[in-house]
Amino acid sequence: MNKASPRALPDSIEATVALLAEADYLADRSLGTVLYLALKMGRPIFLEGEAGVGKTEIAKVLSATLGRHLIRLQCYEGLDVSAAVYEWNYAAQMIAIRVAEAEGEHNRARLERDVFSERFLIRRPLLQALTPDTAGPPVLLIDEIDRTDEAFEAFLLEVLGDFQITIPEMGTVKAAHPPVVVITSNRTREVHDALKRRCLYHWVGYPSAERELAIVRAKVPDVSKKLSEQVVAFVQALRKQDLFKSPGVAETLDWAGALSELDVVALDPATVSDTLGVLLKYQDDIAKLEGRKVKELLDEVKSELRAAE
Amino acid sequence: MTSGELQPKAAGRLAENILYFGRGLRAAGIPVGPGAVLDALEAVRAAGVGTREDFYWTLHAVFVKRHEHSILFDQAFRIFFRRRGYIDQLMAMMLPAAPASAPRPPEAGATRIQEALFSGIEDKLKQEREIELDTRMTVSDREVLQRKDFAQMTNAEIAAAKEAMKRLVLPLAEVRTRRLAPHPRGHLIDIRRTLRASLKGGGDFIDLRFVGPKTKPPPVVALLDISGSMSQYSRVFLHFLHALTDTRKRVSTFLFGTRLTNVTRALRERDPDDALAACSASVPDWSGGTRIASSLHAFNKQWARRVLTQGAIVLLITDGLERDADDTLAFEIDRLHRSCRRLIWLNPLLRFEGFEARARGIKAMLPHVDEFRAIHNLESLSALVAAFQGGGGRAGDPKAWMQKVA
Repeated sequence: MNKASPRALPDSIEATVALLAEADYLADRSLGTVLYLALKMGRPIFLEGEAGVGKTEIAKVLSATLGRHLIRLQCYEGLDVSAAVYEWNYAAQMIAIRVAEAEGEHNRARLERDVFSERFLIRRPLLQALTPDTAGPPVLLIDEIDRTDEAFEAFLLEVLGDFQITIPEMGTVKAAHPPVVVITSNRTREVHDALKRRCLYHWVGYPSAERELAIVRAKVPDVSKKLSEQVVAFVQALRKQDLFKSPGVAETLDWAGALSELDVVALDPATVSDTLGVLLKYQDDIAKLEGRKVKELLDEVKSELRAAE
Repeated sequence: MTSGELQPKAAGRLAENILYFGRGLRAAGIPVGPGAVLDALEAVRAAGVGTREDFYWTLHAVFVKRHEHSILFDQAFRIFFRRRGYIDQLMAMMLPAAPASAPRPPEAGATRIQEALFSGIEDKLKQEREIELDTRMTVSDREVLQRKDFAQMTNAEIAAAKEAMKRLVLPLAEVRTRRLAPHPRGHLIDIRRTLRASLKGGGDFIDLRFVGPKTKPPPVVALLDISGSMSQYSRVFLHFLHALTDTRKRVSTFLFGTRLTNVTRALRERDPDDALAACSASVPDWSGGTRIASSLHAFNKQWARRVLTQGAIVLLITDGLERDADDTLAFEIDRLHRSCRRLIWLNPLLRFEGFEARARGIKAMLPHVDEFRAIHNLESLSALVAAFQGGGGRAGDPKAWMQKVA
C-alpha cells in the first residue's frame, strides 16, 4: 500500500462498499468485491454494461474518496499514440536542431540524443498516469473503449499488463506505483480477449428496486419519499417492457430531478407523458408508450405500491 | 470475515478445488487458462474466504470475461460448491477423463450445462426430428427443429472455393477510417517522420513526409435464412461465409429460421467441415419455417448495437418468403437499414427467369434495401462471387425490381 496517498486503500469488501457510499455511490456487494480485489491486487477493472448505469461514475468516486487525481482518456475512433500516450514537441525540437547547427555541433548521435529527451516530451493521459504523483498513484479512467478500433487496444496491452510504456526513442517508462485503472465499455463491439484477460471483469446491471430507491434518495434528496417510490417503481416497470433502450439509473435520476423542478408531488399520466423524453431516447419507444399505455402502467405501479404498504 | 492467511492444509485443499473448478468451467465452454486459475488463487487469498457470496463474486471477477458466460458460471458454481460430497460426483460428471464414470464424448460438460440451462429443447428435438417436410419453395410457419448434416467438402471444392474468394469484390470493399497512415501523396505533414528524416541530413534540409487517411474493409454482418425454402442453398452460403470469415477480420454471422442464432464463433474454425459441423450443432431450427420479422426484431434489439458499429455492411440472405408479412416486417427492416452503412439483399430465388417481386414479404422489404442482388443458378461459391461482380449501376438497384411489380 502506498503511504504517500492521503488515504489508505480499503482493507475489506465492507470497507470498499462503505468508501463508495461516502460519495453517495451505492454499490452492491458484487461490485464491491471486484473493486476491492482490483485495488488489492493492483489489477485494472473492466466494467461493461448498458449506457447510464454508473460505470464512469465509479472512477470519479474512487478518485474523490481516495484523494487521487483522475486522469481521463475518452476513446474515439482514430485515437492514436500521439493523442493517448505521448507526443514530441516538434517546434522546440526544430529550434534545438537549428541552435545546435549555429553552435557548430555536428555530432549526429549526440544531436539525436539531445532532441529526443524528456525535455521535448509531451505527456498524454496514459503516460501521465505512470508518472509519480504526490497524491499517490492516480485513477486512470479509459472511457468507452469500444469506441476505438482494435488497433488501439494493442497499445493498451503493455500499459495494463506491466504498467509500462515503451518509447522507441527514449526507452521504457515504468510506473513505480501502478495507477488504479478503470476501463468502461458500452459493448457496441466485443473487446479482444487479450485485453480482458489482464483485467477483472464486471457487468454493471440495472439496480434492484430497493437499491435504486436508495440511490434516488441519496442523489436527489429534495424529492418526497412518495414520489421517489413511484418514480423508481415506474422505471422498474418500464425496464420490463419490450423497449429498444431501457432507461438507466442516470435517466431515473434526471427524471426525479426534472419532476422535482416541476413541483410534482405524485405521478399522473399527463405529467409522465410530458416528461417521457427524459427517460426514453428513441422515438419508437416513446410512441409505444403513448396514450393509454402510460396510464395502464402507472395504475399497475400504484396498485403494487399500495399493496406493499 | 476470516483473514487472508489460510491454514496451509486448508489452502492446499482450496487450491485443488479451484483448479478443478477452473477445469470444470473450461469443460462447460468458458475459456479458462492456467493463468486464470493462478489469478483466482491470488484473488481468493486477497479477499479471504468469507461468505459464500463474496467467494462467488471473487471467482466471478477472475473467471468470467464476458457477460454471456455469467450464466454458465452461475450454474457451474452452484453445482460445484453445493456440498463437499458433491465435488467428486461433479468431477465425474464434468470431466471426460474422470475415473468411475462411463466414457463420454469430450464436450460432455458443455452439453450437461447446456441441458441444465435449456432443458426442453432436446425433448422437443426428439419429438420433432421424425417430422420431415419437404418445404422447399413453400412457406411454413411451423417450427421444425432439426439438425442438418452437410456433405463434406472435397479437396477440389476447397481449392475452387479459395480461387473464387480471391475474385470476390464486395461493394464498399474499403472505407476511409479516421486513422492516419504514411502516404506518398497524403494531405497532412507527418512531423514525426519529417523530423527524423531531416535529422539524418544533420538538419540542413527539411524533407517533408506525408500522411493520409488509412482505409480498411468495413465489418460485414451476414444474416442467413436457413428455413425450409432455402435449405438447398445453406451449404453454399455457409461455405461462402466461412471463407469470408477466414479472409477478413470482423465478420459476424447469424442464422435465422424461426429463431436467431449467432454462429460467428463456430465459423472461426479453420476447417470448413468443422465449422459447418459446429454451426449445425448450435442451431436447432434447420429447415423449418421462416419468421423474418421476429428474427430481425431479435437482431435489432440484441445485436445491432453490438455488431453494427464502425460502418458495417449487412448481407441479408433470404428468399423473402414470409407468410405473415405485416407492418412489423417493414418496420424491422427499416430499422436495420437505418443502423448499418449499407444493406445488401441476396436473393437466390432470382434464378427463375420469371421472378417478380409479388410476394408480400418481398414487397415490404424491397423499399428498404440499398442493393438487391440476384443469384442465378446458384450451385457453387463462384456463382455467388459472380453475383457480387455483377457491377454497380442498375443491376443491384431495388427500384428496378419494384417497377416490375407496379
